[in-house]
Amino acid sequence: MLSIKNLHASIEGTPILRGINLEVKAGEVHAIMGPNGSGKSTLASVLAGREEYEVTEGEVIFKGIDLLELSPEVRAREGVFLAFQYPVEIPGVSSTNFLRTAVNQVREYRGLDPLDAVKFLTLMKEKMKLVEIDQKLLSRSLNEGFSGGEKKRNEIFQMAMLDPTLSILDETDSGLDIDALRIVSNGVNQLKSDKNATIVVTHYQRLLDYIVPDFVHVLYNGRIVKSGTKELAMELEEKGYDWIKEEVDSKATV
Amino acid sequence: MSTLIKHEILGEMLNSTGKGFEQARAEGKEAFESQGFPTNKSEEYKFTAISKKLEQSIQNFGAAESFEVTAEDVKNNLFEGFTGDVLVFTNGHFQSSLSSEIAGIEVALLSEKSDTPVGSIAKPAKDPFCALNQAVFTDGIFISVPKKAVVEKPILLLNFNKAVNGQVIQPRVWIEAGDFAEVTFINHTVNLSDVTYFSNKVVEVKGGVNSQIRFYKLQNEGKNVIEANNTETDIHKDGRFTSVTISLSGELVRNNLSLNIIGSNSEGNMYGLYLLNSKSHVDNHTNVDHTVPHAESNELYKGILADQSRGVFNGKIFVRQDAQKTNAFQQNNNILLSEDAVVNTKPQLEIWADDVKCSHGCTTGQMDEEALFYLQARGIAKDQAKGLLLYAFAGEVLEHIRDESFREYCTNLVQDRLGSKF
Repeated sequence: MLSIKNLHASIEGTPILRGINLEVKAGEVHAIMGPNGSGKSTLASVLAGREEYEVTEGEVIFKGIDLLELSPEVRAREGVFLAFQYPVEIPGVSSTNFLRTAVNQVREYRGLDPLDAVKFLTLMKEKMKLVEIDQKLLSRSLNEGFSGGEKKRNEIFQMAMLDPTLSILDETDSGLDIDALRIVSNGVNQLKSDKNATIVVTHYQRLLDYIVPDFVHVLYNGRIVKSGTKELAMELEEKGYDWIKEEVDSKATV
Repeated sequence: MSTLIKHEILGEMLNSTGKGFEQARAEGKEAFESQGFPTNKSEEYKFTAISKKLEQSIQNFGAAESFEVTAEDVKNNLFEGFTGDVLVFTNGHFQSSLSSEIAGIEVALLSEKSDTPVGSIAKPAKDPFCALNQAVFTDGIFISVPKKAVVEKPILLLNFNKAVNGQVIQPRVWIEAGDFAEVTFINHTVNLSDVTYFSNKVVEVKGGVNSQIRFYKLQNEGKNVIEANNTETDIHKDGRFTSVTISLSGELVRNNLSLNIIGSNSEGNMYGLYLLNSKSHVDNHTNVDHTVPHAESNELYKGILADQSRGVFNGKIFVRQDAQKTNAFQQNNNILLSEDAVVNTKPQLEIWADDVKCSHGCTTGQMDEEALFYLQARGIAKDQAKGLLLYAFAGEVLEHIRDESFREYCTNLVQDRLGSKF
């Protein structure tokens, strides 16, 4: 489904990603872990199409299409979803109106009829249950005054509404208490199928107790330096990132 | 006098004659002659070169004459779903045959109400255009809402403007509301002219004790309009005055809005939106004068500027020594959509009392790129995402319009503009 080859990206001339290779197949969950500043969020942003990042080398093929050629909105319509690390507060735009606009633009692109108000509300009510989000919250301005947990739940709720093929969760677990983490993970797990895939970007192993990955990759200095299964995450939890850094740095000096 | 001589040709406007009010006119003329037409050296008109613009754009400084419009014209220019009463004006002249008879409200020509103290609220010494109007206003309208009258539906002041013979329109409006009266006015102007004209209007509003007055103004007369507007009110004890000014076009527009808070436990609200493109220039000068304790003022002006448009905001707040326990808030936010658009914003607070809550803030910036990306990342096209964000920005002002038909009308104009032009 997703094939990343030798991806290099920089911001304002500073290279952040220095040759990422990653293959993601339908039905899989990949966790990307790594110390702060390793390039995890940059990878998520580049996949979603954030314009500040310049791709200097490499390719990203998504469902046979050159993803890097597409605008952020077309990527979303093709089925890429980024759950933001810091969801943006947008005063004056109601969550409901925003989502209806988004859902119908995505549907139009996919050749589906737009949802009328009634059908949209029905769909919304169904998906709200997934992340136990209150309808009152959705009548307010988008993310404005939401708590940290509410914002993250709203991200997963939007994911449920947009029905993506590839979901990228950027530090969705950071700052969540255990109840919120359970709710968010539960939502993600219920949305999982053999037709879609998930990339979980996280600093902590804790999330992976709830969203169990098929593969774990460690990102360091803009490269994937180690890949393994969920046991690798346990090891990182236990020993921290220093041993990986040492391993990589010693190789580099040899 | 040197300023007047420099703009000698503009002085022709003083040769117009109107009916009655000899003393007020003489005072207006005197006040005007001591101030003269503003130049770029006048502090209050530093960013708005209105005199120069008048010299360049107006060839005939004679007063524009009244002309005929039909009931059909009136009907065609009402907002969809509007159910209120309408007072019709052509070039500032009242057209009684096309206007509603409003039950319980006195409407008369100013010339028929010769004891009206014109200039007692909008004092001519404060502004040269206010003085000029007082010297030569053609005729005006007198509207009186009696004590305790609650006018449920808004009263629309529908102005048709067209340069007929002369190019200068100088209307004057006197509104008075009795104690406990409640009333809403909507001022809307339709431009039928393809020749540039100058409108110099003065509106004086005398509130009553515990009166509730709303005054909405839409300025969307197109590119060939130069306008000076002075609107001023006295807010009495327990009274409330709310102004909403929506400016969508104009070659050059200068609004002076002044609220004199002279009774305690009262409230003055000023909201404004300027959404400008091409070379439009809109200048809002507001002034709220707190002279008594326990009163509140709220002000929010927002601007979205594209192309080579220019916005000016100057917000003066005075809190006099006696005006303890005053709450005064002011905010001006601007979004610039082009490199060539300019905003000059200046809050001006003078606080003499020591037990008050006052705040002000102004921001000028570009569109929030992070918010834009967020919307795009959910599948919304970039142009539409921009429109959505800008509309949300503007919506904070539009929501203060209570009358639904007028709010919808303004909302549609704003959305059309944000969807197509921006």
